[in-house]
Amino acid sequence: MSELIVHAPGLSTTVQDAGRDGHYDIGMPPSGALDQFSFRAANLLVGNRETAAALEATYIGPQLEFTDARTVAVTGADVAVSRNGEPVPMWQAVRVRAGDVLSFEMISAGARLYIAVGGGIDVPEYLGSRSTYTLTGLGGHEGRRLAEGDRLPLGAAGTPGGGPSEGAAVPEELRPAFPEVTALRTVVGLCSYRLTEAGLRSFLETVWKVTKDADRVGYRLRGGSLEFREREQPFGAGSDPANVVDLGYPVGSIQVPGGDEPIVLLNDAVTGGGYATVGTLISVDRDRIAQTKTGDRVSFEPVDLDQALAARRDRNSRLNRVRRAVLG
Amino acid sequence: MVRTALTLPPARYEYGADEFVFVEIDQAMSLEANFKAMTITSALRARAPEGVVDICPSNASYLIRVDPDRLHPAELVEELRALEDSAAELTSEQVLHTRVVDMPVLYDDPWTRETLMRFRDRHQDPEATDLEYAARINGFSGTGPLIDALSGAPYIVTMLGFVPGLPFCYQMVPRERQIEVPKYVRPRTDTPERSFGFGGAFAVVYPVRGAGGYQLFGMAPAPVFDGTRSLPDFRDRVVFPRPGDIIRYRAVDQGEFDRIRGEVERGTFRYRIRDYAFRPADFLADPDAVTNELLEVLYR
Repeated sequence: MSELIVHAPGLSTTVQDAGRDGHYDIGMPPSGALDQFSFRAANLLVGNRETAAALEATYIGPQLEFTDARTVAVTGADVAVSRNGEPVPMWQAVRVRAGDVLSFEMISAGARLYIAVGGGIDVPEYLGSRSTYTLTGLGGHEGRRLAEGDRLPLGAAGTPGGGPSEGAAVPEELRPAFPEVTALRTVVGLCSYRLTEAGLRSFLETVWKVTKDADRVGYRLRGGSLEFREREQPFGAGSDPANVVDLGYPVGSIQVPGGDEPIVLLNDAVTGGGYATVGTLISVDRDRIAQTKTGDRVSFEPVDLDQALAARRDRNSRLNRVRRAVLG
Repeated sequence: MVRTALTLPPARYEYGADEFVFVEIDQAMSLEANFKAMTITSALRARAPEGVVDICPSNASYLIRVDPDRLHPAELVEELRALEDSAAELTSEQVLHTRVVDMPVLYDDPWTRETLMRFRDRHQDPEATDLEYAARINGFSGTGPLIDALSGAPYIVTMLGFVPGLPFCYQMVPRERQIEVPKYVRPRTDTPERSFGFGGAFAVVYPVRGAGGYQLFGMAPAPVFDGTRSLPDFRDRVVFPRPGDIIRYRAVDQGEFDRIRGEVERGTFRYRIRDYAFRPADFLADPDAVTNELLEVLYR
């Protein structure tokens, strides 16, 4: 039986894949890897389908023992990785054998790392996906983050036609950067009419700080305050100026419940509610916010739909370059 | 034939970046706005355009998730605008084939009462229970008449979401008989599973335990979400409610509550469900006649 034995779970490590799409209409968010570029690159390095289930670890990586020969790759946040105590590089295909132990130091930049194993993490699919949806405890490994002593089933190793060779790497220039202030490209809109002009300006000009409330559900930010337009609240909305008649929240949408702490909703978030949304992160920049952590600084950079679509094409072409480099 | 022009402002189309299109039918809640959202989203569902991932009618708006690699969001908006033009009025010929469902509720139950007492510091009125507060601000003489109003006329499911299976339910009564309450001043960090809550003009049943900001009025013995799909009503779907369902939150006593809990635990519980051809135009023309008929269909 080929398994991955969890010696130490890390701070918050879950099984994730490309996401559980197609159930937003019943109120189920997609879950899935927050940083899709790093996640997909890790799979490409080990010869998996780009969307195979892998591990997403936040802040502190796990310690994992292998029970057979596999290829493994670590991508995402900057972290020192070792195999049986000897350093191995990130963003590269690394071979492991039965009994080998993979461990991690503290993350030095970024927030989330992705660990892909040849054959993929073979937990049962739930509604078409292996992603963990932590808020209601569904999918992934028993619907929860990993715990010490867990044994995760692995899929059949080996790629027909030969996978990437040991040492195959993602070129440096394609790896994510972790700037001092992370610019989050945002399409302003939805219910942004609820903000005054000064409120909207403050939203876009403030450099926001990531608070302790920052996880797969959402990121709460601090650093400025936003003013709502005065109005008589419409019927059914509730009395707070931040309230609207309950509506659907796009993944990546930003709301400002008290006027002073914007919340960016992410892959495990609630799918709707009664707070005014003022804009949406472009899908590609969920990768960027996923690599920010408590205390980091972010800003919202206004873009339009065309720029959002161009950024998406750019990520696809970067993934194509990874594919070529890895199979090169 | 009854024709009802939907006197609503033009819809507002917004991009939720590259993967979502949000369409606001109206800022205020009304059955007219919901019927319009439902008409447009049903028509879109029937067309099933390539690249549309999710269609989510949501109270007085709707949200579409799109795969921009297969469908340009601007093209989708053009299609939605065309659908809006054809949904300017309702006629009796427009039929929503839906279900009428009996959902039992134990109002003023011990579990939500225990929870709401723990969070009085987050409430508008720390001295009262949520039911007492809601009765007072809605002009009822006490919690009894409020419960009669809550459990009398049925509701229509105008949105699913927040968490899987949570039905937003809008009572099918004219505006002047609508109950409206604010959400908690600061949301609770805990709400029991199956709590019956109320916020703004919406009744909900919380599918799972978790945070929440709605006023707590009671507890449903039967689930709206069943992740393991073990109950017969959940064989095909992990959630029970559907948009457009008509639900009556019938008041039950502790004895009936316990009996239903037993059936749920044995895996034998089934909701009382009747199919119904609902005509929104007829309802808007004579709400009480249609709700009387609905209840007759449900309990005959």
